[in-house]
Amino acid sequence: MSLRSWGNYPIMENKVYPLQDVKTAREQVKELSEFIPYGNGRSYGDSALGKNIIHTKKYSYMLAFNEETGVLHCTSGVTLAEIIEVFAPRGWFPAVTPGTKYLTVGGAIAADVHGKNHHSAGTFTEFVESFNLLLPDGKEVECSRKKNKELFYATAGGMGLTGIILDAYIKLKEIKSTKINQITYKTKNLEETFAVFEKIQSYPYSVAWIDCLAKGKNLGRSLIMAGDFEEEGKLEYKTPKRKAIPFYFPDFALNTISVKAFNWIYYHRIWKKESKQRVGIDAFFYPLDAIEHWNKMYGKNGFTQYQFILPVENSYQGLKTILEKIAASGMGSFLAVLKLYGKENKNYLSFPMQGYSLALDFKIHKKLFPLLDELDDVVHLSGGRVYLAKDVRLSKENFAKGYPNLEKFIEIRKKYGMNKKMQSLQSMRLEI
Amino acid sequence: MKILIIGAKSDIAKAVAHEYAKNGHDMVLACRNAKESEIIAKDIHVRYNVHATCMELDVTKFATHAAFVKKIESVDGVVCVAGYLGEQKKSQEIFEETLKTIHTNYVGCVSILNYYANIFEEKKNGFIIGVSSVAGDRGRGSNYIYGSAKAGFTAYLSGLRNRLSKSNVQVLTVKPGFVNTQMTAGMKLPKLLTAQPEEVATSIFRAQKANKNVLYVKWMWKYIMLIISLIPESIFKKLKL
Repeated sequence: MSLRSWGNYPIMENKVYPLQDVKTAREQVKELSEFIPYGNGRSYGDSALGKNIIHTKKYSYMLAFNEETGVLHCTSGVTLAEIIEVFAPRGWFPAVTPGTKYLTVGGAIAADVHGKNHHSAGTFTEFVESFNLLLPDGKEVECSRKKNKELFYATAGGMGLTGIILDAYIKLKEIKSTKINQITYKTKNLEETFAVFEKIQSYPYSVAWIDCLAKGKNLGRSLIMAGDFEEEGKLEYKTPKRKAIPFYFPDFALNTISVKAFNWIYYHRIWKKESKQRVGIDAFFYPLDAIEHWNKMYGKNGFTQYQFILPVENSYQGLKTILEKIAASGMGSFLAVLKLYGKENKNYLSFPMQGYSLALDFKIHKKLFPLLDELDDVVHLSGGRVYLAKDVRLSKENFAKGYPNLEKFIEIRKKYGMNKKMQSLQSMRLEI
Repeated sequence: MKILIIGAKSDIAKAVAHEYAKNGHDMVLACRNAKESEIIAKDIHVRYNVHATCMELDVTKFATHAAFVKKIESVDGVVCVAGYLGEQKKSQEIFEETLKTIHTNYVGCVSILNYYANIFEEKKNGFIIGVSSVAGDRGRGSNYIYGSAKAGFTAYLSGLRNRLSKSNVQVLTVKPGFVNTQMTAGMKLPKLLTAQPEEVATSIFRAQKANKNVLYVKWMWKYIMLIISLIPESIFKKLKL
């Protein structure tokens, strides 16, 4: 059966080769003329799709854990969900986690994912001490910031285009409780949203849900959630029972009216300017994971997430322009997520930079791509970039503008023969 | 509690190991190449904080079994998952293939389980779980070499159960039906009748704890096989199965 990405778009035929062990993987990469690794299919677009897929999900082994340092040695198919299940009750948690826990460690490194604590902790690979990479010629190399560092910086955030990540050493963070103290702020407009974000930088975790269909004086109104793990408490963890969406919603289910209504209710259900909650790991970090296959809500034609970031000095003006364009188009999403990020890292293709990022879900629709092209122009004129783990349609020109280290990355691909063997639909479109 | 898993590298065995480890059991993982199962033992140790060791064991090398059992004597239960699907066509033409199928699925399992049956009988304690197959319920043209070996294994387990029930030793026969594993990779299996290895493992663990005798993992299989075994031979022989 062919594999799809989280967005269910595009759909293509592919041949799947499960990663069983290093020996078979070595033979596979030598034999296949072209391939791309795929973890648990949580990237939205076409970055893990290709003719031949090396499926790493079942290569899931925890090899060692150092109780003193919190460093876990595990293979690339281990998911963050498994790590949390095993280690949260022992007082450890992934130092960085995105909004789903169902991604693999390999995928987390390849997309150099980030989360609500980017401003205070940085990206996932900041906590990766080293990893073993299987190069397309079948050679295995250890990569860290000291050893084979150019391969480290290329692979971290390199969208699986440099080899197969076999296993990694990742540092977990210590927690004293599995409960989180959360504080929710309700803001009236974009100006206030920015002011609150800057005020709450001292919280390790923060993120905002923004009403992307609000216009005029309400433009940019948000609910901002900030928080941290309790300093003392119980360590107990069990994944809550998940509800599932069993079928694809029909096309008419999601339209301007339903999305507008949802956004209105979601915003108005919180009355106070400032309120406090005590919540669990899943409610705080993974609200969407509670619904299995929530991606089916967007129907059979699939959806995409558009996520971009703007440098902090251009963020306000750029976001204002983009939000106005989206509100005018009426093509908004349930979940528009805004966040203020911390500093950029050294990886060649990592997404984060200091500034504001906005992520929006859109149903695939014939009017969508022209709108996104228009937004791309604003993003790149402002010195920003689009996130590859979500992307399915960016142009190679805009991509090159957003990623100044692209040349270095392409050079490494050539040097190790990766450009000849490792291809995704995305890498071909962007000519990486 | 400590268990021995024979044929530890298969997907079902791996899932069984996880299930028992999750419930606090130490274990010995035995398979042809102990090096290859080390990664499974490490994983189980990190995840569940139980003790897991690897041992070399080839069920078809009968002469080595006595020495193996001497080393791994004190276990509380044995799960035998060793199996080889084989190729029916090849088996018909090359006797070595037939022999390999029969030796792996029947003779080898019997050889090693005989030892543990005696140990447990003497201790008046322990359990033996044998993973057989629905293919053993009636021989079919498409895989009767494998099926007949499994039929033999099923009969062996049934007899063993009869003998050991007086000694407080449980014998559980497992007939998983279709399972999504490497052994069946690439086959087109009907979704409703196909179990995941994890599902097989939880069912086995539960059935063992509940002191059950025979387990069909998906309940439909029990009735499908009942119907299949009720078809008169005069009709059955003409069917394409």
